Amino acid sequence: MDQSPAISPSAQPLDDDGELTRLHPNYTHALRVQTVLAAIPLLVGALVAEAMLHEAALLPPGVIAGTVLVIAAALVIRVPTRRYNARGFQISTDRLRVVRGLLFRSDTVVPFGRVQHIDLDQGPIERFFGIATLTLHTAGNHNASVSLPGLGEGLAREMRETIRAHIRRETM
Amino acid sequence: MSDIRRTAPLSVVLGALGSIRSAIFPAIAIGFSGIGGGDRLWIALGVGLAAAAIGTAASWLGWWRQTYTIGAADIRVESGILSRSARSMPYERIQDVSLEAKPVPRLFGLVAVKFESGAGGGDDLSLQYLTAAEGERLRQLVRERRDEEQAAQAEAGDRPVSAAPTSGGEGEVLFAMGPARLLRFGLFEFSLAVFAVLGGALQYVDNVTDIDVWNVDLWRGWLEEQGAAMASLGPYAQAAGAIAGLAGLIVIGFVTGVVRTALRDWGFTLTRSARGFRRQRGLLTRTDVVMPVHRVQGIVIGTGLVRYRFGWHSLSFVSLAQDAGGESHVVAPFAQIEELAPIVAAAGFRLPDENTRWQRASTRHRTDTAVLGSAMFVLATIPAALFAPPGVFLLPLGAAAVAVAANLYAWQFRRFALTGTQIIATSGFLSPTTRIVTRLKLHSVEIAQGPLARRRGYATVHCGLAGGSFAIAGVSLAEARALRASVLETIAATDYSRLDAPEGQALSAAQPGFSANLAAT
Repeated sequence: MDQSPAISPSAQPLDDDGELTRLHPNYTHALRVQTVLAAIPLLVGALVAEAMLHEAALLPPGVIAGTVLVIAAALVIRVPTRRYNARGFQISTDRLRVVRGLLFRSDTVVPFGRVQHIDLDQGPIERFFGIATLTLHTAGNHNASVSLPGLGEGLAREMRETIRAHIRRETM
Repeated sequence: MSDIRRTAPLSVVLGALGSIRSAIFPAIAIGFSGIGGGDRLWIALGVGLAAAAIGTAASWLGWWRQTYTIGAADIRVESGILSRSARSMPYERIQDVSLEAKPVPRLFGLVAVKFESGAGGGDDLSLQYLTAAEGERLRQLVRERRDEEQAAQAEAGDRPVSAAPTSGGEGEVLFAMGPARLLRFGLFEFSLAVFAVLGGALQYVDNVTDIDVWNVDLWRGWLEEQGAAMASLGPYAQAAGAIAGLAGLIVIGFVTGVVRTALRDWGFTLTRSARGFRRQRGLLTRTDVVMPVHRVQGIVIGTGLVRYRFGWHSLSFVSLAQDAGGESHVVAPFAQIEELAPIVAAAGFRLPDENTRWQRASTRHRTDTAVLGSAMFVLATIPAALFAPPGVFLLPLGAAAVAVAANLYAWQFRRFALTGTQIIATSGFLSPTTRIVTRLKLHSVEIAQGPLARRRGYATVHCGLAGGSFAIAGVSLAEARALRASVLETIAATDYSRLDAPEGQALSAAQPGFSANLAAT
């Protein structure tokens, strides 16, 4: 019984490789707002540096602030879309799959039967855009909490109820 | 039943008290500083009052925005003034309800209630503060829910818990180490740590006596004296002296190893009783640890560079409890593989044998680690070849060759096997470490890929293991996916709350999923 046939890539029921569900489109906007908020102090700093070096005339005007502005613009315009495209999830009858990461990809599956408790969080920006973050906590040291941001508020609530109901059913 | 409640209104008062307490010191500081001249007492009072008012308002808002619901299936807490967070903890997962009464809340008859689940991150659900009666009621309620659920399980025809071993009875000795074995073990624990201790002792001597041990002149004088004596002896005597010094160093290393091992592992015995595994060891401080069998989440078989060549291994159990700072409990520090087999079997695992179908790490991963491992040395070769005296560049080049060879050799240890009930993975550089986990006792499976791994089509598989880590590196993507699908089939078939049930039951519950798996092939 212990010796199962060695797994071969072709002969397995691979339900975990189906189509991923996209996150709520507002997630991109929320990411953008967050990036803008994070970029403001840096831009201010760059402007201050620019003003201070203006007297010394070491660099052509606008080099520091311009560079920072271009990088910030790239981060604000390009990266959120790419991050949005890189993320996705898949919920089936007994498990949740979360895919994320631009450079470092990670593809995690948590069976509902191993969920300890469930969090549903909304920061101020997320509340404005009507999205929420669903976090599943497990007992494992690795992936002790798996979070899935950018879900529509209603969907997130619905998913929480589904998962909770599954836990209930399994134990009865 | 599922009405929305708030914590006790008096919590606001406690929160306000807390903020006043933290406002007192700044206020006093202002009062005694020079700020504001003659009016400073008024300023201090104003600052204190403002802090108290803001604290009270925040405390009230926090209280107003925090609600808890005792639902039919879970306890739910929603909180946050600007950010909202809602945590849902199903009754089935609540391990413990604790009531904590600190002195001040106690004066008001309030308690902090904490619900603990088995989550690995250690964060739980807590309510501050409830009246003592409400806290007690919640605890009672959770207990009742759990009892009901257990009754329901018993009705469903589950076997009662009776995992007593049939043979052996009380205290069957699984593994013990006599002085001869300890001595041999100690020799492999060669250590020069004693010199670090000596350094510390010298520092101590320096601090408490007049002798200035860090005075270079003192030592130089002594060395010149000795050196003159040595020089007069001729080259052969000098060589003999050097060899004697080296031999002394080696002897000290071995003696340190033996002494340390004897202190730690004297009288090492591992017994198996009805309650679980019991380990006793130690010469001066004797420790006695009991581990229930079902708490063992996985096993690790380690070895060392040299001792592996002689067939010696160590065995430890991964469990939720920590052992002297280490991740896992050592249950057999120094044994041959045949001696480990019965311990492993008693813990419900199986060692790999010749029928085990190993799957090797991807050859692309092998190439990449070899290239990356030697890249630094190759880069060092270039400036060495250009600027250093001729021949010196051979040194980094040789190091690069060694790094490549070591990485290629390490590849043969990088493999895993998936059996019906467990996953076995080995890793290591010059000697293998084997980790075995039960498929059923995993909590999540993740396939992770860095930029290079994505391009080259391999991945690291991380499995969520309670109390430890389990990862397999360099698995080709297709194999990783097949592995995950197969393992998840087993995990999802059995709920967490039944994991600690006797083995037979858990297995029979896992079986349907697995046979469905087979049918699909």
